[in-house]
Amino acid sequence: MMYRSLFPRDVLAELNRLQREMQQGFHLSPNIRGIARGGFPAMNVGGTPQSVDVYAFAPGIDPATLDVQIEKGVLTVAGERKLEQPGEDATVHIDERFAGRFRRVVTLPDDVDPSAVDAKYRDGVLRISIGRKQSAQPRRITIE
Amino acid sequence: MSDNSPVTKQTTGEEAALLPPVDVIENASGITLYADLAGVPKDKLHLQVEADTLTIEGEIDLEMPEGIEASHSEVSVSRYRRVFTLSKELDATRVGAEFKNGVLKLSIPKAEHAQPRKVEIKVV
Repeated sequence: MMYRSLFPRDVLAELNRLQREMQQGFHLSPNIRGIARGGFPAMNVGGTPQSVDVYAFAPGIDPATLDVQIEKGVLTVAGERKLEQPGEDATVHIDERFAGRFRRVVTLPDDVDPSAVDAKYRDGVLRISIGRKQSAQPRRITIE
Repeated sequence: MSDNSPVTKQTTGEEAALLPPVDVIENASGITLYADLAGVPKDKLHLQVEADTLTIEGEIDLEMPEGIEASHSEVSVSRYRRVFTLSKELDATRVGAEFKNGVLKLSIPKAEHAQPRKVEIKVV
């Protein structure tokens, strides 16, 4: 049974969130793998001349159960999130957190080196750092 | 804030914050609240109970290489904030908190006098 009245939600915060999500929706560029936003885990991707860094916001997961793969320039993060089951006599008032299996896919730039990968899980965030190929890195040419 | 940021500054003067997803489960002894606060280290999590208001706040702190440029970001705000109103049968002085791998678990027990009691019905 769902009772939502015990903790009235912050209406203004909810409206702000809706507004933000709508604005984000307009920034969306069509992706061949469908709508990328709103999935679990949320992902941020960034890069430096030396590496491509992917941050997956996946709290409460045993890192040993995460499956991270790079194949043909595509990074896949998959796993399952199991939540504590409420007891028989318990009532669920709010149920917003993601539970179940997930899989997210990120297309990597062409110049990454799939053998130079480093993955760390800290504070519920999986950080995957993929090095770029040496040949693709900017080099200063000295003029003699 | 950069121009392409989808988040606009709120006019209320309050900083933009993410609303963390929560689960709230109640049983006979009290309420358990779980909140997903990925990226928040223990020392940047702030919990406050004032009168009947519970505030959960956290600052995301990620290890990032120097000179990183974002190419895609779904989490574009680095702060979480969520406020709940507690009902008076809950004992706000005995809130238990655990924080692990970005998941906060709060146990809020019911006050002694609010524990369930079976009401005897006398048949006359």
